[in-house]
Amino acid sequence: MRNVTHHLFESYDDSGPAYDEMFDRQAPRESYARLADTFNSLAARDLATRAEGLQNSYLDQGVTFDIGGEERAFPIDIVPRVIEQQHWSQIDLGVQQRVKALEMFLADIYGPGEAFRDGVIPRSVVTTSSHYTRETYGIEPPNGVRVHVSGIDLIRDDAGEFRVLEDNVRVPSGVSYVMTNRRAISTALPESFAQHRVRPVASYPQRLLAALRAAAPAGVVDPTVVVLTPGAYNGAYYEHALLARTMGVELVEGRDLECRRGRVLMRTTNGLQQVHVIYRRVDDEFLDPVHFRADSMLGCPGLINAARAGNVTIANAIGNGVADDKLTYTYLPDLIRYYLSEEPVLANVDTWRLGEPDHREEVMDRLDELVLKPVDGSGGKGIVIGPRATAVELDQLRAEVLKDPRSWIAQPVVQLSTVPTYLDGRMAPRHVDLRPFAVNDGSKVWVLPGGLTRVALAEGELIVNSSRGGGSKDTWVLAGPGPAPVQAGPIAAAAREITPLDSGPVGTGTEGQVEQQQQQQQQQQQQQQSSEVAPC
Amino acid sequence: MLSRIAESLFWIGRYVERAEDTARILEVQTQLMIDDPTLDIPTTCREVLAIMGVPVEDDAIVGTYELLQRLAYDPTAPASIHATMSNAREVAKRARETLSTSMWEAVNTTWRLIPSGQFERMGPSASFRWVRDRAALINGTADATMPRDEGWQFLMLGRSIERADMTARLVAAASVSTSSAWSTSLRASGGYESFLRTYNGLETDRKAAEFLVLDRLFPRSVVFSLGRAEQCLENLESAGQRAGFQNEAQRLLGRTRAELEYRALADVLTDLPAEMERLQQTCAQATDAVARRYFAGSVATIWNQGRW
Repeated sequence: MRNVTHHLFESYDDSGPAYDEMFDRQAPRESYARLADTFNSLAARDLATRAEGLQNSYLDQGVTFDIGGEERAFPIDIVPRVIEQQHWSQIDLGVQQRVKALEMFLADIYGPGEAFRDGVIPRSVVTTSSHYTRETYGIEPPNGVRVHVSGIDLIRDDAGEFRVLEDNVRVPSGVSYVMTNRRAISTALPESFAQHRVRPVASYPQRLLAALRAAAPAGVVDPTVVVLTPGAYNGAYYEHALLARTMGVELVEGRDLECRRGRVLMRTTNGLQQVHVIYRRVDDEFLDPVHFRADSMLGCPGLINAARAGNVTIANAIGNGVADDKLTYTYLPDLIRYYLSEEPVLANVDTWRLGEPDHREEVMDRLDELVLKPVDGSGGKGIVIGPRATAVELDQLRAEVLKDPRSWIAQPVVQLSTVPTYLDGRMAPRHVDLRPFAVNDGSKVWVLPGGLTRVALAEGELIVNSSRGGGSKDTWVLAGPGPAPVQAGPIAAAAREITPLDSGPVGTGTEGQVEQQQQQQQQQQQQQQSSEVAPC
Repeated sequence: MLSRIAESLFWIGRYVERAEDTARILEVQTQLMIDDPTLDIPTTCREVLAIMGVPVEDDAIVGTYELLQRLAYDPTAPASIHATMSNAREVAKRARETLSTSMWEAVNTTWRLIPSGQFERMGPSASFRWVRDRAALINGTADATMPRDEGWQFLMLGRSIERADMTARLVAAASVSTSSAWSTSLRASGGYESFLRTYNGLETDRKAAEFLVLDRLFPRSVVFSLGRAEQCLENLESAGQRAGFQNEAQRLLGRTRAELEYRALADVLTDLPAEMERLQQTCAQATDAVARRYFAGSVATIWNQGRW
């Protein structure tokens, strides 16, 4: 049999147009060198066993998501993605800057509207957004924070530069996988993990809890925080439960809550108890049947009035969707300059707004080479990739765009960067993106050093969403070059009292005694046996 | 603690115990059918199904296969171990953030083996032992990792009520069966040796029934389980009562236990099946009372757009 060990990366092809993060013309880049060594030294069977163990551990732990009612293990790839320190510090700064700008933008549009007056963004862009909620106009959050949690999706273009693909400031999900992926991969690749100085991600729940407590209504000393989930059948239920568990707070459903006299209460075995901060994972339109969808069973009637009365904080704030609208996205570089007087650290992907006649004219002739996205879509829904579409599909698209141009943007086909992915016993390049998570506690925007790397498992596929068959990778943000520093020996070498373990009756008695006892017992047995054999 | 979570914990306790006890009862009955060649198998199967509360059509053919399907392997039969463990996992999933990770994983890994078909392939006797082992793992993990707070009381309450109910069914099944059923029932409940020690090896049906129903020290006896359930309810009621019991469930369980304990033994044993039937009704009523007292309001409210 051929020795497969050293051929794991042999047929690996990094010559495509996309930037490959591990290989540069068949040679591993410096940041991945140690990882490449580890994989090359692993026997093929060993690697296959580890990869299988990884999926099984996810099923045992119930790390699953639902597609159409079927529960599946979230696919995790055994090859981690490495991000060096200098790249990370740029992402860290860029995400902080973006979140700050988004906060100021939301405070502006649900308040004075100065950006409209100064002509930075047309008022119509905001008021025509389907996620702009007039119901929450003028609600001032207690510590000024509306974007408690955000996930800014980044991609790496052909040149290896990080760019922002979209912002998620409503209910970004996926952070639970960042934490469970880390645990799983550090168990599956312990030798490699020890060789790198990977920044830990486990502190996320504490940071989130601190931010939520900081957002409590004024005057509440020890706020009651809850996580609001749509229920056990929601695709992200695993994440809701994990966050509630690791923060040590209750996980409630809409039916556990009740609003009375402008306060939100939850039903407990000891009667009703007031809730001060709701980290909600329910979409805006289901949150309060009084103001939004009247048939919603997932929310609680009266929630918005309670928030307006200042008795409860809803995190993230209602109406944030207008800030992650893909049309607002195109104005974000200008908004950063306007609010912060800074140049954007992370660039956008070039985008045409089809609502504007000159942009539209330019795009219509080139539909077959661009990507068209609906502005309020999520999860990869409705996206048309020009070069992959048939003539009929393009005609349909053209008609749809002309009918409602405000709802569409166009972007050039960006080749997302690739990272080796272990599939069918081979390493193959697959496209990835990155979603770093940021938590805003009102005084600082903290970016989790890690983030969710989503990978499109099909060859050449550019859409990485898990609802479209995507998987994930553990993301290793390095704290610096070289392996982890060796821990110095025990701190105090002073003599310490040692209390030995009590050995119990088995070990007691002098050795001679025990031996004697055993011998006598055995003799007794022999005598009995011989007397049984003897005829009477 | 949230009412909804309390309800979930109560039912985790019940479902896990139910799966275990169903396995124990099936173990006895399948063993009996093999041991005793004079036994009329269709009649026995019918009786067992009736005792487990499964309705059987008069003209249906019921053999060992049907018995095992309905009580163990068929996911669509509500009383089967398969369905019970699925339910246990479902409620555990809803209370996931309050369970310890190891407790949740114990429930989840147990459940995973069942729909995969591995459970049925093990064959009757091995699969029943497996269910017992897994239940022991789940209960043991809970015991070792869960704090003794309200949640624990609800879990134990569910388990104790279910155990009283199921032991009553085990006893009822034994009392309609041939004489060898008693020692097999004692074995199934894991109490055969301690029974022999307690009564110095004198094995009579009467003593066996007494042991399973009335023994105060044997943890699977009816009286012991009822006592446990009462204790849980008392722990849940923080303020002490000077007179009587305000908690309906506590009153129901206490009264039934006292009736069993203070009546003459001969009285209780004359019509054991009817007595056990009454006990099962008490368990059902107590469950209703617990639901009214602690779980009320965990039903969704619907917004009528301001209209009444």
